[in-house]
Amino acid sequence: MRRVVITGAGTVNPLAMDVAGTYAAFAAGRCAIGPLLIRDVDRLSVKIAAQVHDWQPEQHFERQRLPLLDRFAQFALVAARQAVAQSGLRFEGALADTTGVVLGTAGGGLTTTDDNYRSVYAEGKSRVHPFVVPKLMSSAAPSHVSMEFTLRGPSFALSSACASSNHAMGLAFQMVRSGLADVMLTGGAEAMLCLGGIKAWEGLRVMSPDACRPFSLTRNGMVQGEGAAVFVFEDFDHARARGAVILAEVAGFGMTSDASDIVMPSTEGAARAMTIALKDAGLAPEQIGYINAHGTGTAANDRSETAAIRTVFGTQADRLMVSSTKSMHGHLIGGTGAVELLACLMALQTDVIAPTMGFETPDPDCNLDVVPNEARAVRVEAVLSNAFAFGGLNAVLALRRI
Amino acid sequence: MDLRQHVIAVLAEQAMLDPGDIDPAQPLADLGIDSLALVETIFALEEAFDISIPFNANDAQAMSFDLSSVEALVAAVSDLVAKKAA
Repeated sequence: MRRVVITGAGTVNPLAMDVAGTYAAFAAGRCAIGPLLIRDVDRLSVKIAAQVHDWQPEQHFERQRLPLLDRFAQFALVAARQAVAQSGLRFEGALADTTGVVLGTAGGGLTTTDDNYRSVYAEGKSRVHPFVVPKLMSSAAPSHVSMEFTLRGPSFALSSACASSNHAMGLAFQMVRSGLADVMLTGGAEAMLCLGGIKAWEGLRVMSPDACRPFSLTRNGMVQGEGAAVFVFEDFDHARARGAVILAEVAGFGMTSDASDIVMPSTEGAARAMTIALKDAGLAPEQIGYINAHGTGTAANDRSETAAIRTVFGTQADRLMVSSTKSMHGHLIGGTGAVELLACLMALQTDVIAPTMGFETPDPDCNLDVVPNEARAVRVEAVLSNAFAFGGLNAVLALRRI
Repeated sequence: MDLRQHVIAVLAEQAMLDPGDIDPAQPLADLGIDSLALVETIFALEEAFDISIPFNANDAQAMSFDLSSVEALVAAVSDLVAKKAA
């Protein structure tokens, strides 16, 4: 089977507008969670989030194109531009015909839906903008990315709640590995910080009123974020032949379903996904140095994830570093795995492990080395990135230094 | 229907029990109300009494809102209804 490497990365997230800025924020332990600044925030009980502030779409897109671009698609496009620029790839001929785009998202153009429901139901308008449908569809992001770079291979959006990006990247990995494509653009995007988007989460009673403190005894829930990350996945030989700079190898992918509960996670399902990812990558547990945890900061996830890591790694678990960067960029829902893959790339490229910020008090049920409150300089050979979604859909990526 | 009966009726609906089968001294867990059903029950009580119940599923033990038994829940709802009227 072919080997798959990452030759480009791009991002727009609450910490920074690019990869370098995101690495700097991770290394400094900067937290982007703050007061939520949106219309009608006074109607919400959740008043914090990790937002992309000062986003000026007109700096990135021509004015006539903007009516077609929901915020999530804007984030995806800008991230994709950065990734493609870094890869140095030019898409023409056979490469353009086979390269595709697989992006994860949970809400798609939710802000567009929210705005237009408001105008029809609350404001009594009887006419909406003609582009509402192409703007709100979840596949708008991959479609626009494909058009921007003339990528005429297999493209689609993928939705599995909080595992959407990891499933998307896992599938793109398998497509390159199997020879379906030499290059794929993949990752995810989310922008659901609007009244309806937050109100829905509020109803579930799992949101923190003040901070995201994964694995801490004092954790009291999750905090939403927004943004995107996009990567260029490329066949190793293809990348080497053109002298591309290789950021890391995507070594394996594991996915499982709990088949048990629509919101409560299963330790067993998460453990099986990690085990399958390791086996797929041909990696032994002792070769993994770091896990970017799903680490939502909810009572249920962090306890269950810790138990799953202990199940898979046994005595090796005490040696592992495990951190949740959601403490800094919030939970990007369908886009979260993509932004979190940046912490894995940072570990493999720069030998710096991103911390779990907001850590206050150890929880006996979460007794792993969670790299509390301060980044750490350690060289690791291989890493895992976990995503465990509502509905019991688990997706774990394994990356290796190259 | 007084407040107590109303709360018990809401609980019975969520637990799929007959209101007569609910013992006020019973812990909520014994009614077969799991974590997801509890969130739905809290919502149903908020809607029924037009109150806001301070409930975070991550922090159920540390809450000021007492969910230990049916009786405690009746008292807590009664308290919130009184506060709203004041």
